[in-house]
Amino acid sequence: MKSRIPVVLLACGSFNPITNMHLRLFEVARDHLHQTGRYQVIGGIISPVNDNYGKKDLVAARHRVAMARLALQTSDWIQVDPWESEQVQWMETVKVLRHHHSELLRSLPWKEGLDQGKADSPAPAAVPELKLLCGADVLKTFQTPNLWKDTHIQEIVEKFGLVCVDRAGHDPKGYILGSPILQRYQDNIHLAREPVQNEISATYIRRALGQGQSVKYLLPDAVIAYIKEHDLYASPGEE
Amino acid sequence: MENSEKTEVVLLACGSFNPITNMHLRLFELARDYMNGTGKYEVIKGIISPVGDAYKKKGLISAHHRVIMAELATRNSKWLEVDTWESLQQDWIETATVLRHHQEKLEASSCDQQQDSPVLERPGRKRKWAEQRQDCSQKKSLEQTKTKGVPKVKLLCGADLLESFGVPNLWKGEDITKIVGDYGLICITRAGNDAQKFIYESDVLWKHQNNIHLVNEWITNDISSTKIRRALRRGQSIRYLVPDLVQEYIEKHSLYSSESEERNVGVILAPLQRKTAEADT
Repeated sequence: MKSRIPVVLLACGSFNPITNMHLRLFEVARDHLHQTGRYQVIGGIISPVNDNYGKKDLVAARHRVAMARLALQTSDWIQVDPWESEQVQWMETVKVLRHHHSELLRSLPWKEGLDQGKADSPAPAAVPELKLLCGADVLKTFQTPNLWKDTHIQEIVEKFGLVCVDRAGHDPKGYILGSPILQRYQDNIHLAREPVQNEISATYIRRALGQGQSVKYLLPDAVIAYIKEHDLYASPGEE
Repeated sequence: MENSEKTEVVLLACGSFNPITNMHLRLFELARDYMNGTGKYEVIKGIISPVGDAYKKKGLISAHHRVIMAELATRNSKWLEVDTWESLQQDWIETATVLRHHQEKLEASSCDQQQDSPVLERPGRKRKWAEQRQDCSQKKSLEQTKTKGVPKVKLLCGADLLESFGVPNLWKGEDITKIVGDYGLICITRAGNDAQKFIYESDVLWKHQNNIHLVNEWITNDISSTKIRRALRRGQSIRYLVPDLVQEYIEKHSLYSSESEERNVGVILAPLQRKTAEADT
């Protein structure tokens, strides 16, 4: 029986703040890859962007990392990794992928010298693949002039692979067809359908919080408690 | 009595809750923010009232489980609670009757709070509601100016319920009138225009439009129980769509399957059955 390829999913983004929708991306992506019969998802990584990304209303990375950590307390397969946020400057997504991929390879148990000659020792573990997990809206941004380097887009879809989760108002198949690079590597772009339309944008969350409205059940309770405790997003246009 | 005295409101949501989802819980939060935001109301409580098994809806699992899941979902809420009265009844109960039950309950306990009659403190004696109400109305005429008034129960729902008013034989005309006339509706909707149009096209709803509050849900939050059950049948994850405790409970008890979805297939929904029975007599 052909063994499945182990996969780790990496999601980059502001996570400002993390929401149930972000968490759903992982669940939907994992289900989708398992459904293909070819993959086994062995882990998930949330990598909040560096403060120097300069996006409006971005609260300090230490908060965004802490909130993600709280959100993931109850997850047994997804973790937050602060490496990207701790770098001196903002870095392109492809570099984050490269970093985590090499970390993944380094963490593999080496077979040489460990073989105990067991008769039924399992086949050598396949090398895990690291795939970029994103919403369809991110796939669209590949089209934005000067936002992504073409060489990076190519490396992402060629060397790593993309798992792209449906989002209302987006046409991921169309985006692929409209890009020669994406088309060439479309086999490495997995389009996952989210049957439950769930448009919990962090922008909406920040606005609701700024207006004193409830965001309960849109993000984990522990994250809401943290936001209140640290007075985050209390007023619109926080710098 | 101050002019700025707000009307206290209790939100009541009836439904299958099969299972309860984060979307159901959001309805309460949105409704509360909206009503409190008008400055005229103060929402003091939210009640989830799962429907009884006698409703006979396809795929409806035992009320026992549905109640427990709702309780797990509201465990860490300070203002939401689950009421089992409706689910414990032998026969299916019309929504208007459930509203009346809860309104009367509020009136009775509001009266209790006002009175310090020794009769109530007599141990072991449970006063019947009728007695309480009688006392209450007598007391009220004396105490009217001092009280805030009894909290008002309002039906909380999504646009689907509002539009179900149009389904033939599903609702009694007089019940719709009671619901919007005597109690009031808070309807959370994404497509505000459709809901407004629906109200416009109904004489009864139009007449009581001041008692129908349309609240916009800007986030597309389409976590329907039907989709949850479908995902479960397909071995797909429902995490982050329902509270963690609910997801764990469902998994532990293997609640939803192809078999459970076949329950009540071929059985006529209780309200439709009742309408037919009445037509026959």
